[in-house]
Amino acid sequence: MGMTIIEKIFARASHQAKVAAGDMVVVDVDVSVMLDSSFHANHRRRILKVHDPEKIVVVYDHMVPAPDKMSAEGHVYGREFVKQFGIRRFHDVGPEQGISHAVVADRAYALPGSVLVCGDSHTCASGAFNCAARGVGQPDLLGAITTGKTWFKVGDTVRYDLVGQLRHGVSAKDVFLYLAGTYGHHTNQNIEFGGPGLAHLGINARRTIATIATMGAELSAEFATFEADQVLLDYVRARNPVPFDAQNPDPDARYVDRRTIDLDTMEPLVALPDSVIQNSVPVGDVERESIQQAFIGSCANGTLDDLAEAARVVKGRKVAPGVRFLVTPGTQQVFQAALVAGYVQILMEAGAVVTPATCGACFGGHMGVLGAGETCITASTRNFKGRMGDPSARIFMASPATVAASAIAGHIVNSAKIA
Amino acid sequence: MVSGAVWTFDDNTNTDLILPGDMLFATEEEQRRAVFRANRPGWVDQVHKGDIIVGGLNFGMGSSRPAARSLRNAGIAAVVAESINGLFFRNAVNFGLIALEAPGVHAAFAEGQTAIISLEDFTVRNRESNIVLQAKPVPQALLDLMLGGGLYPHLERKGLLEPRPGVP
Ligand code: SF4
Repeated sequence: MGMTIIEKIFARASHQAKVAAGDMVVVDVDVSVMLDSSFHANHRRRILKVHDPEKIVVVYDHMVPAPDKMSAEGHVYGREFVKQFGIRRFHDVGPEQGISHAVVADRAYALPGSVLVCGDSHTCASGAFNCAARGVGQPDLLGAITTGKTWFKVGDTVRYDLVGQLRHGVSAKDVFLYLAGTYGHHTNQNIEFGGPGLAHLGINARRTIATIATMGAELSAEFATFEADQVLLDYVRARNPVPFDAQNPDPDARYVDRRTIDLDTMEPLVALPDSVIQNSVPVGDVERESIQQAFIGSCANGTLDDLAEAARVVKGRKVAPGVRFLVTPGTQQVFQAALVAGYVQILMEAGAVVTPATCGACFGGHMGVLGAGETCITASTRNFKGRMGDPSARIFMASPATVAASAIAGHIVNSAKIA
Repeated sequence: MVSGAVWTFDDNTNTDLILPGDMLFATEEEQRRAVFRANRPGWVDQVHKGDIIVGGLNFGMGSSRPAARSLRNAGIAAVVAESINGLFFRNAVNFGLIALEAPGVHAAFAEGQTAIISLEDFTVRNRESNIVLQAKPVPQALLDLMLGGGLYPHLERKGLLEPRPGVP
């Protein structure tokens, strides 16, 4: 019996010939990502030795630029840590700033076939890069940083074969909402994506799917990995010179289930407030809902493609009175590219507030927190009750195109209707 | 070798039962007192240090909260279940609670019987009935953590983290 992608990555990282579902593996960690929250006073422990500073990446993203004294204190502590251990890959507030998973993607820090951990539940985003990436708690993160190793229990794998091609106005977010709405949670399972449809999905689209398809990440899966095709290999080679060992599944790999997703049949969907699990409906079903805030951003939807799509929809139009339309690029690099491409100008002319790259509104941290009783439509990662601010606020989740169209209309609407 | 009196619990014993949500920000002692308060009120006063929990399928399903730590603080020496939830197992390792999967264990024990666990060959024996079950082996590195009080004390002993007494 052959191995799935995740089993092959673990076999390599644990120096074994074979790994199967049900095994427990102790693996070498290729990259550990620390965030500003890793240095928060209530959270941190003083690290005396690190295993290898070259395997550590530090990214400030949750509270940037520091909105309060507590955050600022943690930032200072973290900068000293970076200096003490000579960590080169440090993304402080400034031109290198960004949301950790987006920075990791922009720079291709997550190499195909490798293992990456980070103290944030949406770390699975790097699964788009054929990488075994997982969010872990602070103890596990510190364990990986100081010993160079961590361990995983290997779950069963569900395989999704993508076929066909998305139609105009339909995006990767809609594919995710379809998966969540149709198949629900994947607790203790791994998800593997592949098939001929992959060729038509760019890296940014794959990232959107990987980001939310796993663990904290909203389907409770352990790992989501994508096959390493030419599109991926070219992307990575253009950004990171370090050699890597991509892993594709064996033809006789064992899957607990195998499902085909026909991209041609996808349509724009919206997840209703509080959960994405079996909670998706066609946009038309909720068109009466008026909104006070529309948000495009986060590690799932702050890519250049997402900003391009938003600009396409709002070009020459105006945001409806009474609506705050917030757009947060995933990294400052994406922000600059969006400026050069003219997207920022179009968005701002329409009335959007474009913020610097940060987690910000996505987790109700700062720059876009919702008030009591408000309704928001978001292209981000999570719509739990209270996620973006007051617990009485309602959060609908949809694609950047749907969110942008809704900002113009003042209520939830299919982008095709305002075209 | 670990042996102790058995408490039995059913399938899907979840982290809300072990560590109720309203206790998340309470002290460890307050959390200990709340263990199983909804399904077995008074249990924390009956349990003895060194007792063993025998569980069903997916023991510890639920959230990432440190429910394993509460069981350890309540005096439980080990959990042996038909299967153990992945996140719960991770916390068991990190907080130094022995946790083993042994298919057939739930039917093999009645409450109050004595379980004898060998961590050499991962067997679980019922002292009264003499039934012996094979548990799934735990890799040595994880076993060391379980037996050594969990991850932070382990990293402190290795000189990798500065000791911070009272923070498990
Ligand atoms: S953008 Fe949102 S989901 Fe992504 S890392 Fe930040 S807070 Fe988490």
